[in-house]
Amino acid sequence: MASNLRILVPVKRVIDFAIKPRINKTQTGVETAGVKHSLNPFDELSVEEAVRLRERKGPLKVDSILALSAGGAKCVDTLRTAMAMGADRALHVEIPESDSGSGPEPLTIAKLLRGVVQKENINLVLLGKQAIDGDQGQTGQMLAGLLGWSQATQASKVEVKDDSGTLEVTREVDGGVETLRAKLPMVVTTDLRLNEPRYASLPNIMKAKKKPLEKKALADFGVEDKRRLKTIKVTEPPPRQGGSKVEDVDGLISRLKELGAL
Amino acid sequence: MRVQLLTSQLHFAPLSITSRLLSTLAVLEQRDGKLQSPSLAAIAAAQKLGGSVTGFVAGSGIKGTAAVEAAKVKGVEKVLAVESDAYDKGLPENYAPLLVENITSGQYTHVIAGHSAFGKNILPRVAALLDVQQVSDITAIESEDTFVRPIYAGNVILTVQSTDPIKVITVRGTAFQGVETEGGSAEIVDGKDSQASSTTEWVSEDLAKSDRPDLATASRVVSGGRGLKSKEDFDRLIPPLADALGAAIGASRAAVDSGFADNSLQVGQTGKNVAPQLYLCAGISGAIQHLAGMKDSKVIAAINKDPDAPIFQVADVGLVGDLFEK
Repeated sequence: MASNLRILVPVKRVIDFAIKPRINKTQTGVETAGVKHSLNPFDELSVEEAVRLRERKGPLKVDSILALSAGGAKCVDTLRTAMAMGADRALHVEIPESDSGSGPEPLTIAKLLRGVVQKENINLVLLGKQAIDGDQGQTGQMLAGLLGWSQATQASKVEVKDDSGTLEVTREVDGGVETLRAKLPMVVTTDLRLNEPRYASLPNIMKAKKKPLEKKALADFGVEDKRRLKTIKVTEPPPRQGGSKVEDVDGLISRLKELGAL
Repeated sequence: MRVQLLTSQLHFAPLSITSRLLSTLAVLEQRDGKLQSPSLAAIAAAQKLGGSVTGFVAGSGIKGTAAVEAAKVKGVEKVLAVESDAYDKGLPENYAPLLVENITSGQYTHVIAGHSAFGKNILPRVAALLDVQQVSDITAIESEDTFVRPIYAGNVILTVQSTDPIKVITVRGTAFQGVETEGGSAEIVDGKDSQASSTTEWVSEDLAKSDRPDLATASRVVSGGRGLKSKEDFDRLIPPLADALGAAIGASRAAVDSGFADNSLQVGQTGKNVAPQLYLCAGISGAIQHLAGMKDSKVIAAINKDPDAPIFQVADVGLVGDLFEK
């Protein structure tokens, strides 16, 4: 049955990609206080793609774009950014931050998203392929599994083919790309080459402040913040030995021979 | 004395029981009947765990091809094979239920796949169906439930303990190597076919063809970045150098985003992880996202005209100069 797109875009607030994280003194996590945070870069791509699906005026119209973020109070900033980019409204699922500063696990988020999808009658979920803090890359696939929906991960192109809700997604795989076709409802995770996210303009940032932002708790969706993985410790990677510089190509080659690399 | 004896018993007894029961299903990736290299990393990690190792492979005609190959790998006790062309493309909608069925009926305690596009796509779906929290991209195994994995683009190393009854894990290929592909003699048995249908249809693929060694497993890698300025210059300078060294070609995200190189060549946090004997990079500044993918290389050589480029902090050999002059 033909029906318009009702898109859910989950976004995560993470330490800015340009910042080198520092480990806390108790070796239980990463220092987050006073560190610049921003929208996870892959999530920017999914917000952008949702907005472009609306602008493209393809076979299916976009009825709504709902942005969601789960975490501490500051996730509201992240949601305002998503709305300034074009999301219609936002849902903040407040989860108190744990001592170690680490957020809930992907499985918990996937269960939350399943609840939201059902409550909000969503038919397309666009997520980033991974968050750049935990680097796990699981949430989208887990959600698709829990819902029993089609999934297309690491998408570099998303196309609505017809008004019955057929989507064609090109995804990045080892050694190249592959194209998949599926019918809505569907979960898609975004890869870097999908699009170039827009900057939120000042007027749009002002407008985003007036867009509706609803607060919820995990319990509202019957989910608890259960942790299956226990952090034993968090350490620095072993530093590499600083090397030497050479003058010219011959020096480079002879040094590489000394090191046994050639 | 008695207390000491008791503690030692308490310490050893549960361990020996669990290690006896430990059994791992290594999910093997095949393409056109050929076993793919991430499969070997999965087997290597499974062997490190210590229990029995069963390989799992699905696809058309694989009982005469990939399953035979897998049975020869040293350390594999059994190979579960499911012959059906429904699994050739590794579509998660039917492959995940297939795995769940075989994991449940075989009562495996550990399920391991390589952290490749295939493993990344399917295993989280399997974990969700089993209601367990997956551990992604591990680089070391401390014990049967404790694993080491890099987070924050490899800037932080996390040791986690899983409390789930089944450990679903993907492994970093460069961290688990050295499997012998000959000398094993596992028996090949039929796995269960759950016959779930896929809601997704595979349409086409476009793979970059190359005679060069595979980037993820090459012993030498030559990599180019934004400093190469254009696709023409990338193609003019990097391939001949790679050919001269018998190396695979890599690229930074900047080079890929600028269209100099195919995205499958990207090395870094969201691309490939490599750990070759020699990583030679030209025109790459060394952003943390790039370093995440190559800093475990044996020898790193860098050519960059900026003497303060962060790449020189990790390079064993650095040459400051314009790469076009060399």
